Amino acid sequence: MRDFSLTASILKRNEEGQSVFIPYMMAGDGGLDVLHERISFLEEAGADAIEIGIPFSDPVADGEVIQEAGSRALKNGVTLRKVMSELQAQLHSIPLMIMTYLNPVLAYGVVEFVEDCELAGVKGLIIPDLPHEERTLLSNALIGKDIALVPLVSLTSSPERIEKIARNAEGFVYAVTVNGITGVRSSFGSDLMDHLTDLKRVAKVPVLAGFGISTQEQVRHFSSIADGVIVGSAIVTAFHEENLEKIQSLIKAGRTTVSQ
Amino acid sequence: MIQTVEGKGRYGRFGGQYVPETLMGALSELEEAHNSARADSEFIEQLNGYLKDFVGRENPLYFAERLTEAAGGAKIYLKREDLNHTGAHKINNALGQALLAKRMGKRKIVAETGAGQHGVATATACALLGLECVVFMGKEDIRRQELNVFRMELLGARVESVDKGAGTLKDAVNEALRYWVAHVEDTHYILGSALGPHPFPKIVRDFQQVIGHETKRQIVEKEGRLPDAVVACIGGGSNAIGMFHPFVEDENVALYGVEAAGGGVSTGKHAAAIAEAKEGVLHGAYMYVLQDEDGFIQEAHSISAGLDYPAVGPEHCHLHDIGRVHYTSATDAEALEGVQLLAQKEGIIPALESAHAIHFAFDLAQEMQADEILVVCLSGRGDKDVQTVRDALGGGVQ
Ligand SMILES: Cc1ncc(COP(=O)(O)O)c(C=O)c1O
Repeated sequence: MRDFSLTASILKRNEEGQSVFIPYMMAGDGGLDVLHERISFLEEAGADAIEIGIPFSDPVADGEVIQEAGSRALKNGVTLRKVMSELQAQLHSIPLMIMTYLNPVLAYGVVEFVEDCELAGVKGLIIPDLPHEERTLLSNALIGKDIALVPLVSLTSSPERIEKIARNAEGFVYAVTVNGITGVRSSFGSDLMDHLTDLKRVAKVPVLAGFGISTQEQVRHFSSIADGVIVGSAIVTAFHEENLEKIQSLIKAGRTTVSQ
Repeated sequence: MIQTVEGKGRYGRFGGQYVPETLMGALSELEEAHNSARADSEFIEQLNGYLKDFVGRENPLYFAERLTEAAGGAKIYLKREDLNHTGAHKINNALGQALLAKRMGKRKIVAETGAGQHGVATATACALLGLECVVFMGKEDIRRQELNVFRMELLGARVESVDKGAGTLKDAVNEALRYWVAHVEDTHYILGSALGPHPFPKIVRDFQQVIGHETKRQIVEKEGRLPDAVVACIGGGSNAIGMFHPFVEDENVALYGVEAAGGGVSTGKHAAAIAEAKEGVLHGAYMYVLQDEDGFIQEAHSISAGLDYPAVGPEHCHLHDIGRVHYTSATDAEALEGVQLLAQKEGIIPALESAHAIHFAFDLAQEMQADEILVVCLSGRGDKDVQTVRDALGGGVQ
């Protein structure tokens, strides 16, 4: 298995006895001119990596909060191309990941997109509508690059699938914690603990939990069972409401527990 | 021999399974259930029983004598899907998939609808089989097809209005997919056209090919030979693939698919994805898709809600690429002419969707010889569109 710097930075944090926190933000919500400011803010607040969402016309894997943030970004004229050139204009030391639906990448041109990701310091890609079986569409262009194509695993994935995906995973395994789309959840299914434990057993890379994690309590809970958490809708809402303290306290909640 | 490629749900380079991981399990379960159902004579018998006694199949292949006379060319036959229970071909697929859902032990159904025809067909199949049903429908379509909303409710379905995007079919599919992701353990998604991730395009074709098989048998009975040309309208492509599939290997039968050109392909306000020829991924499949240079999916435009979708099913994309089917288009205005033409020449008010095919077929027949035969798939009846047509014609018949 090749080593990705994304994996390395997660492992480093874990080896320090801490769980990883990755916030998701919608690029262009609030305007593209606040993109770098927000990245720097998240970095200073203690995030380990940042997932940068790209708005899309048909975000089928997203709940209301991210859909609405995406609509605001689209109204601001934000596109994948604009985000990529903005990211190239100013580099950050924190690992950045791009989360986008597949079609904007196809329209961009896979090879050109991967080149621009390298120039922008993007270390990981999450494509929610690109399952394991179809991943060669992108992965061929990623050979030899330090850009991890992070797979999602869901509660509905069969044990054989989980094993197959986890074994081939790059970067980390994104464990989807709900049957459903992104968004705030008040409770999680009881089978989730077993699922995460199984995943950690078969995965050779860290396992991060995401989808629906939105409160400090949930962050603490999942930080104690997974190698880290990804928080989306709660961060997006906090940025939209300019409630920066909320973001700081969520990240801090991820820091207070020790994994393993 | 012309064959469509089907390894892992591929039709040439089109198709595939571009869906969130949460759905992958459900898709393979569905594929297995479909394969085992096809091999189960009891299932086939049950389906055929319902098709005969509930849907009213087989429906006629009708010789349109006055329309033929008016065209002055090929003999025109109409495959009367409009005479099916619920008034369109959509029931063939809805019923088949509802039976499949039952077989999988899923008691809940989600569906999207554009014109309301698929929603009504699904609500009907669910009432027949005692399944719970929720239908997502765009807000704009709800406005355009008010009566179909009430019809679905009358049949015991819950209709959810979708006000995102332009509030049309694409947005309804998005919402139905989101719902399915969240309820996948006990819910089956009855997709209404030959679209979506594998195995949907194949399943939909499977349940719609009864159209083509009957047509083949009927035309041989009436004319002693196969037709020279077959015409069908294309929304996602289910009535067309159902009609075309049994003819694909009969190379002497010319096949024509008619997309919706809305205000005209050059105006940009249309639903003719093959004419536009941009490729991409929408709703789980690689297809021809209307989109801008950034890969954002564009809204389709058509007077007929059932054709108002920005892509065309993957098998049609492939049939276009290999040149087996000719894809063409008809505008809103042409469809309106088609409605009036068929109403006045034959006493049949066609659905606006089907009227696209009628208009093209009428032109095509004129270029053909009197001893040639042309079959049109009359995919649905026009009762649902009477208000729309009246408004479009400014209240008066032209
Ligand atoms: C009567 C009728 N014809 C055609 C269509 C288009 O769908 P498809 O291309 O799947 O046949 C519809 C869709 O609602 C319809 O109601």
